[in-house]
Formats: sequence, C-alpha cells, structure tokens
Amino acid sequence: MARIGVFVCWCGSNIASTVDVKAVADAAAKFPGVAHAVEYKYMCSDPGQAMIRQAIADKRLTGVVVAACSPRMHEPTFRRLALSAGLNPYFVEMANIREHCSWVHDDRPLATTKAIETVKMLVEKVRRASPLEPIRVPVTRKAMVVGGGIAGIQAALDIANAGVDVILVERSPSIGGHMAQLDETFPTLDCSQCILTPKMVDLAQHPRARIYTYAEVEEVKGFVGNFRVTVRQKAKTIDHAKCTACGVCIEKCPASVPSEFDCGLATRKAVYVPFPQAVPAKPVIDRGACLWFTKGRCKVCEKFCPAGAVSFADKDSLVEETVGAIVVATGFDLIDRGLYGEYGYGKLADCIDGLQFERMLSASGPTGGKLVKPTSGETPKTVVFVQCVGSRDDSKGLPYCSRVCCMYAAKHAMLFKHKVKDGRAYIFYIDIRAAGKGYEEFVKRAVDEDRVVYLRGRVSRMFEKDGCVIVKGADTLSGQQVEIKADLVVLATAITGSEGVRDLAGKLRIGFDQYGFLSEAHPKLRPVETNTPGVFLAGACQAPKDIPDTVSQAGAAASKVLGLLSSPELVREPLVASVDEAICIGCFACENTCPYGAVEHGLRKDAETGLEVEVAKVNPGICEGCGACVPVCRPKAMDLKGYSEEQIYSEINALSGRLNVKG
Amino acid sequence: MRYAFYPGCSLESSAKEYRASTVLVARSLGIELEEIPGWICCGSTPGHMSDKLVGIALPAHTLAAAAKMGTEGVLVSCASCYSRLRAANHAVRASEAFANQVALALGERYAGDVPVYHMLEIVAKAAAAPGFEEKIKRRLKGLKVASYYGCLLVRPPDITGFDDQEDPQTLDRVVAALGAEPIAWRHKVECCGAALAFTHADVALKLSGEILEDAKSSGADAVVVACPLCQSNLDLRQRNIERFLGIDLEVPVIYFTQLVGLAFGYSAGQLGLGKHMVNPVPLLKRRGIHV
Repeated sequence: MARIGVFVCWCGSNIASTVDVKAVADAAAKFPGVAHAVEYKYMCSDPGQAMIRQAIADKRLTGVVVAACSPRMHEPTFRRLALSAGLNPYFVEMANIREHCSWVHDDRPLATTKAIETVKMLVEKVRRASPLEPIRVPVTRKAMVVGGGIAGIQAALDIANAGVDVILVERSPSIGGHMAQLDETFPTLDCSQCILTPKMVDLAQHPRARIYTYAEVEEVKGFVGNFRVTVRQKAKTIDHAKCTACGVCIEKCPASVPSEFDCGLATRKAVYVPFPQAVPAKPVIDRGACLWFTKGRCKVCEKFCPAGAVSFADKDSLVEETVGAIVVATGFDLIDRGLYGEYGYGKLADCIDGLQFERMLSASGPTGGKLVKPTSGETPKTVVFVQCVGSRDDSKGLPYCSRVCCMYAAKHAMLFKHKVKDGRAYIFYIDIRAAGKGYEEFVKRAVDEDRVVYLRGRVSRMFEKDGCVIVKGADTLSGQQVEIKADLVVLATAITGSEGVRDLAGKLRIGFDQYGFLSEAHPKLRPVETNTPGVFLAGACQAPKDIPDTVSQAGAAASKVLGLLSSPELVREPLVASVDEAICIGCFACENTCPYGAVEHGLRKDAETGLEVEVAKVNPGICEGCGACVPVCRPKAMDLKGYSEEQIYSEINALSGRLNVKG
Repeated sequence: MRYAFYPGCSLESSAKEYRASTVLVARSLGIELEEIPGWICCGSTPGHMSDKLVGIALPAHTLAAAAKMGTEGVLVSCASCYSRLRAANHAVRASEAFANQVALALGERYAGDVPVYHMLEIVAKAAAAPGFEEKIKRRLKGLKVASYYGCLLVRPPDITGFDDQEDPQTLDRVVAALGAEPIAWRHKVECCGAALAFTHADVALKLSGEILEDAKSSGADAVVVACPLCQSNLDLRQRNIERFLGIDLEVPVIYFTQLVGLAFGYSAGQLGLGKHMVNPVPLLKRRGIHV
C-alpha cells in the first residue's frame, strides 16, 4: 500500500499569490495513496527539507511529490534528500506548479485547479514508480582529437599536459591546419607560423600524445567513456621509420599537381611534404598524382631513395583505438567562388580569395612574400578587398556572418600597403564587426595610418578589361556608383564547415546545420558539448571563429574531457530504456529508431523449445532515455525506466478522471 | 500552337519593327498569335514604382483576359512587359490576401495560372528543335554579334527564371543557329539605364555607352537585343552617347527577331531594318548578307 507525502511549496509569493496552496494540500490529502499533505513557505529551505525528512520517517512514506518549481531547478535537491532519508530517490517527483502554472496564469481559481490536477498526475506516477540505481560505467582514461589545426593541437596539448593520453587524427599529411597557411595574424601582426610551429613540435614530441597524420576516422562504436574508434591510416607509401627526410624523392619526382597548401598558386610533387615546417617532416605519396599508380611507370623515387623507404606495396591499414572522450576540431573550408556569377564565376585570374592572398604574403609562400598580379607577375598597385562574399548574403543561401573577414581584410589591406608603399587599397564592406580585444583599434590603424579606403557597399560586378579587373560597386554613404580599375581583387569568401564533416558527424551521431557547422548542446550554457555525451567541439567546426576564440574553445573542450576522465567510472541517471526479453520478438524496429545506436543484439533461450533467439538489448551506457524506441515496439517489450508506459498512462488517466488503471 | 499575343505600348509605337518581325518569325515557325482583346498597360516602372497594387493589377487585368482565350499562354516580345506579367503571376500566387486585393481591384479573380513566355524562349526552343535548319534561307555567316539580354529578362531570377542570371546563353544559341557568331563579352546582362533616360540622362548615357563600347571592343559588328527599351536606348541615343563620351561607335542595334527574319529570307523592308538610327544594312552588305 502506497503512503505518499505531498509537499506544496509557496515559493514565497511566486506560487502562493496565484495558487491557493492550502486548497492544493487539502485536495491532495484526499487522493488515493496519499498519507500526508502539507504546505510550507519555502520547501527548498533547510526547515522545509527537514520537514520532508521528518515526514518520511514519521509517516513511513513510500513516495514523495513536491509541488513547487521545475524539476530542472530542485529535483536533484529533493532526490538527494530522499536518499539521505533512506528512500530511493526515484520515488520523488516534482509537480511543477510554478513555471507551468503560477508564473503563466493570473486567474487564481483556475490556476489552483490546474495545480491540483498537476499534483494528482504526479501522485499517480509515484504510486507506480520502481526503485532505480544509478548506472556506473568504467572510463577509458584516454582521449581522441579529430583534426590537427590549431583547435585540435591546442586541445590535444592541454589534455596531454594534464597527464592524460591523447590521440590526434589528421586527414592531411601534416598537422597545422589553416593557421599554418597564414602570414601574420590580427590584431598584433605576429607571424602565424612562428607561434604555431612550436606547438606542433611540442605535440609531436609529447610522451602522452600520439599523432596519426594522413588518417581518417573510419568508424565509431561504443559510448561515452568507452568509444571504440577505427582509424584508417591511408597508405603513405613511404616508410616513415626508414625515411630520413632528405628530400631526394621530392626533388626527383616528375609529377606535379596544384598545391593544396598554397591554394593552387604553386605546384607540389606527387611525393610531397605540404610545407617546409610540416609535422611530420617526412613525405607521403599522393597516389592520385603518382605516375606509378596512375600510369604504371616511373618509380624514380624508389631508385633514388638512399634509405630504401619507398614502399609501393604499402596499403591502407585500420587501427582500433579505445578512448573515453572525443574532441572534434575539423575546422572550416571557404565557399567556392564559382557561386558568384557576377564576380566571373571564380574564373578571373586576378581575383583570388583570402587564403590565396595569405600564401602570397607569406615569406615561405609561392612568391616568397612578394605580392604579384597572377596574370602578369607585376606588383599590383591597386587592390580591392571585398568583404562578405557569401557571408550575410541570403541570395546565396548563407545568411550568417563569417566573423573573421572584417579583421583579415583590414590586415590584408594593411600588409599590402606595407609592401607596396605607393599602392592603393580599397575595402568594400557592409558593416565593420571588430568586437574583439584590440580589434577596433586595429581597423582604425588601417584607416588612419595605412590610409586604407573603406567603401560601404557591395560589389555588383567585376570583369576583366585591358589586363585589369574592373570592379563595379556602390558606395552607399555617398550614394555614388563606384568603379575601380584593380590590379588584384581579394575576396573574403564565406566560411563553411569543412568537407566531409557531415559524414564524420554521422559516425559520431552528433548534429550539424545546413552550412556544415556542428551543433553544440546549448548555444550559451553548453557551448563545447554535443548532444552525444563524451563528444566535444573545438574551433571553427562549430561556427566561424578567429584564432583567439578557437584556442579558448579548445582549452574549454580539453577541460571538459579532463573532467569526464577524472574519475575511474561515470555515474549516469538510470532513466534509460530496457527490454523485456521474454516478450521481445527480435524485429529491431527499436534499433532503426534509436538516434544514439544504443540498441544491441542479444540472445535469449526460448523456454519451451530451448532454441536460442535474437532479442534486442539496450546498452545503458549509450541510451539517453529519449523514449523513441517505446512507441515503435510492436509487442510492447520496450519500456523507459522512470517514465514507464504505465506511469505515463496513469498520469493521463488522472487528468481525464479515470483513475482505475492496470496495476 | 496558338498564343495570346501581348504587344505592349512599345510595339505599338517606337518598336513597330519589333512587332513586324515578331509576327513574321512567328508565322514562319507555325505559331499563331492572337492579340489579347482589351489589353492594357503592363504596369512597368511608373506603375509599380508608385503603387504595388497598381503595378500588379494592371498586368493581372490583361492576364485575366488572356486566361479566357484558351491558348498555350501569353507571348510577349518586350522584356519589361515580360517582367511585369511574370511579376503579376508571382505576386498573386505568393499571397492569398494580395490576390484578394487584386480581385477587388479587377472585379474578377485571376489565379496567376496563365504561363507567360518571352518570344526569345519560343524561338530558342524552335531553334533547338529539328526542322529549324530547313527554314534558314540565308545563313548569317561572318556576322559577329553581341547578344545583349539586359536586366529584365534574367532578373529577378525567382520571378523570370530565365536562364543563368549572370551568364545567360539562350540568345547566343539562337544567334549561332542562324550561322552568325555570338562573341564573348562582359556586358550581356548589364543595365542600359533606360529607367533613368529622362531623369538622369548622364547616368543612362554612361551605362549604355559602356555596353556599346564593350560590344565593339570585343569584336561585335552589331548588338542583338530582345527588349524595345534597350534597343531605343542603345540605338536612338547612340549619337548622344558618342558625343557624351567623345567616342565613335556606329554599332547597329538589331532585334533578334529581325535577325531570325533575315535568316528566314524576309526583306529589310518587311523587317523594318530601315527604322533604326544606326542603319544596319551597310554592315550586312559588308558581311556579304544581301537583304
């Protein structure tokens, strides 16, 4: 026989001014199974809690309903209280008569009725509750970081420095990411490589860090604390254990293709190291470009390699790693300029994007830091920088701000003026968004000291004429049409999620938006977490970000990982689905429905025939308790602990006045 | 194939040769044109700039009349009319409330369901179909032309849906089918400034001048157009443009229907070639096209 206590809270005047709390307690006292019902000014206060504790002992209560605020507010408080009073915490429920009632209504009699009905529902729920124990999951004290740009490097370093093993997986042959491509960085104009490469080396030499380059995540199984990640190590075709990084193979290789690192402004060989400071500094063979793999002849590198490191028989290999947490740091891509027909569909040779300009500025870049007009090789005298190419442009389907372009356009114009003293720099902009520390001052410096001309308006068209790019646009401040004969145009093209990120998100079961940015669990309060426990985000994979913000977020992600891995086991709420194996028919509709991959295949011996049959099993370590599997289960073998079908139906019946339900 | 023909004001006045050539080409292609009884103004610039309802109700009135004719749809030669008729279909379909307002203004309901075609779409379709080659009596070999689309055929793209808005090819394909050579140039969808021709003549002269200059420097003998406003701006004002910019142009501006008509064997007189300010006949003769 249930003996339930109902505790109605005034919450000062928050509830009591709209709800007649005494009437609620009086009504509750008459509900079946209720042994005790009282009201009090602040149930969450020490005297309030003492009152509940006393009642549990004195009245031998088997369940508690606290009619007060949202369970998101104080459910943990009252459940902890129950535990200390010797009652299983899952016999405690909150009837939310504040957020769901007093705060949103002003009619006192109606609000009181609603509060009474809410309490009635929860009493019915508690009457049918079962004792539940927290789920304990062992944790593998090791983390994986996917992506080796500044976000991934920083997260991996922070994790490793805290004494936790970390594995970094990078798709390209070197870590470093986009930051390695940059020349100088805003707002301090410090050299990007000078501040990045020491971090790259630190990570490579860290005893707690292991780096897979030229590798991708193939498959992710398991769950928080115990992810089993299969990494595809692409065939490097060069045995890095033997290679001495002498570079003879690169020198001798006859096959050239456009360099990804130099954004197509220069070529690289089929056997290559992406850039001189690469980590590792040893080459790989790009099989799509190699003459041996494409045409079946050559092998020049093998002939010249003094170390015998070239191995044409090398194959992709699969490595399985078990990790407790994963940080996704896959970065960004720029949109294709081909989207802009009015800017020549990306076919104007003297019109480049921001990353290409960075490579041109870089002393280690294809021009040795000399600014040139791609078509003629001459020094450009007039350069037009166009912001928001794609960003904030609904007509191209990209309504968001790419956040870094205002700053890097100012930087580009400034660096151009430093290199070409008599040059003229124009920037077309919509607004200047310089909200970081030292950012506004930096833009002002571009205007005041470097005499960069800012034109507020968009560029409507550009085309090639007499070896120049004619840029037509509007200066909306003066109301004039502007036409500039430019030697070079630099487009600040919009940032999107990096290529292949949707595929990776599918493997990790994390969300992403239509632009390829990964979804955080909460935009304000859980900005580095994802909806999949144990998977965290760092850097521009989540949204466009500059280096300072990326490094901050990477540190935040690392600290979340370290927090997660700080204890030997994880304790989770037991509100998960479970299968009644005796009823399960093994249709696995639940498996197809589960968004978290929590349903596994198990075996059950049939009692009558003794035959083994397949049944569904829920892995409580993965299950998030969303309940999607419950309605699709045909034989009704699936149920959600803490929110059983019986509990939910009895709550509904309590509302509709039919109190006689099964059990 | 029977179409409800909407001439619009230009084809009644400054662009009579566009109408004549449209009718002749349609006849050769076996297209029957039936003028919409009681058609009125399309609601172009003065209409839609002063009031949205006026700008839509005017073309909707004509479209409602066309709906009763039971044809393939409305055929229109003027790019501006085309834009307004399409805008009317778009507007009444986009909003029920606005469609009601239009119905109150018209005294009848128009559902926005009469398809509107530009003559260029019809000719391009015919040019790509079998049998077109046989209709050509006079190949326009050696003639280099700049296909000029102007602004209203291709924009706004969600209303007209006419080809690629930045680099359309429809007219280039028609020109090529006649044996002439469509040149590559940069100003094929630039604004000619027609709307500012009276209020800001300097702007219009500059914009039109740039178009003609680019066509000429890109190697075109002539500019081919599909809009009577572009034609008059580029042709009628060409002497003013030359004086304004201090350059020498002498670029004939020909309707695409005139070019098709020439290829089909019609005479210069039938096609109204003599009505242009920059006479195209000497050019045609130079290129060995005897008209």
